[in-house]
Amino acid sequence: MENAPVIVVKNLHKSFGENHVLRNFSVSLHSGENLAILGKSGSGKSVLIKCIIRLIESDQGDITVLNQNIDTLSNDELDNLRAKVGFLFQSNALYDSMTVRENLEFPLRRHWSDEQRRKGTETAILEALNDVGLAHTIDMMPSELSGGMRKRIALARTLILRPAIILYDEPTTGLDPITAREISHLIVNVQQKYNASSIIISHDMHCIGITSNRVVMLIDGMCYADNTYEALRQSEDDRIKEFFD
Amino acid sequence: MKSPFTNIHSTFLKETGGIALFTARFFKELFKPRQEFEEFLRQCFWVGYKSLPLVAITAFIMGLVLTIQSRPTLVEFGAQSLLPAMVSVSLVREISPVITALICAGKIGSGMGAELGSMRVTEQIDAMDVSGTNPFRYLVVTRVLATTLMLPILSNISNAVSLYGGFLGVNIRGQVSWSLFWTQVFNALSFGDVVPAIIKTFFFGFAIGVVGCYKGFNSTKGTEGVGQSANSAVVVASLLVFIIDLVAVQITDLLGLT
Ligand SMILES: Nc1ncnc2c1ncn2[C@@H]1O[C@H](COP(=O)(O)OP(=O)(O)O)[C@@H](O)[C@H]1O
Ligand SMILES: [Mg+2]
Repeated sequence: MENAPVIVVKNLHKSFGENHVLRNFSVSLHSGENLAILGKSGSGKSVLIKCIIRLIESDQGDITVLNQNIDTLSNDELDNLRAKVGFLFQSNALYDSMTVRENLEFPLRRHWSDEQRRKGTETAILEALNDVGLAHTIDMMPSELSGGMRKRIALARTLILRPAIILYDEPTTGLDPITAREISHLIVNVQQKYNASSIIISHDMHCIGITSNRVVMLIDGMCYADNTYEALRQSEDDRIKEFFD
Repeated sequence: MKSPFTNIHSTFLKETGGIALFTARFFKELFKPRQEFEEFLRQCFWVGYKSLPLVAITAFIMGLVLTIQSRPTLVEFGAQSLLPAMVSVSLVREISPVITALICAGKIGSGMGAELGSMRVTEQIDAMDVSGTNPFRYLVVTRVLATTLMLPILSNISNAVSLYGGFLGVNIRGQVSWSLFWTQVFNALSFGDVVPAIIKTFFFGFAIGVVGCYKGFNSTKGTEGVGQSANSAVVVASLLVFIIDLVAVQITDLLGLT
């Protein structure tokens, strides 16, 4: 039996001037599923997930997240929805003028009441940091951390609001192979602990193999293939084989 | 082929339009609930703290040098007793507000352009947005208010320090007591010298904040774009300071305050 869908993207179009990035792209994410979206650099993967949380406005098409059509939401409703959707940015997006602690506190300032924050902040921060194995960095600045550590802190900041859905934008790009594998396994652990559904954008096949149940290929702004990792690996199609070499 | 002038014109128009829209957005966000008061105070502190030493040193030297250089001309007319009066009017009306604004355009405008620019290209502004904090209110409104408020304060400090420089300058060749100097200064300065000069510094501060934030907030093209943002923030802000100065002098003139 298939679980209920948590994200449904239907016939999405997005272009920047003459650059048609997404043309008629459709995909859906089901509860408890880890979906990988695979595509070359510049194929519009980041644009796609930024459309999903309305960081970029789409031109055409419907996007439904947790049964809410995001185009019809008011700002407050959008904020509340975004609290349930974690986003791990490709460049980590840690606030570099703030310590690790302040970085993790930041999402709480809007979504928790004063009362909740006074009582629960410290525990929540420590729990999120323990999940990524970096509790000792709590008073450090992002600039003092290595690339892999920064990725983990960014993930901790995503986890602090306990999102139902997590969107990962190229979580292993720019890391060495060993750290990349650690991050992939961390993603799996987090998935199990928080029971979140996720979309993982990547062109790193090792990461996709470790983390995903299903793979969607984004080529020329459209969904080129939609299958399991194993099925795609056996594929004879040249454009699919490219990614596995 | 397009002529280079078409390009310059369209850049100029785009830039002006962009800044105007950005300013409109500032006023729109300013009156919304959930303002970031703490961040505003922190920005005030930074704006003051970052530029105070440079403003003070420059003001002191300007006061001193202006006095030393004005003396020979006044001596020629046998009017060296007017030295404190003349120096104080030029300092308070024009030199110290404009120099303070230019220093802040260089230091604060470029700092904001670079800071917000790097926050933009490393997706920190997007991250704020998804975590439910309005980045325009948190980053831009606070910074623009801080420069608008701090520039008049810095400019008044600059007035005081430059007049002290003037006092030393007068006493290098002549003998004017501390109290006589200040009596002459305050007798020379009228309402029309002081108040318009203070009012225009609010506008200088506003322009510096808006341009610095506009350039940073709309930064593109990766790390290279951050340098460009910082750089053009300084150029545009300095230019705006002179334009505002020009407009201000016309208005004071029209109001008969000169
Ligand atoms: N804000 C923007 N303005 C103009 N073009 C953009 C913008 N964001 C992305 N693009 C263009 O969209 C295309 C896809 O970008 P992106 O989604 O970042 O690729 P990737 O698949 O590597 O994440 C690129 O050609 C890029 O130039
Ligand atoms: Mg990308």
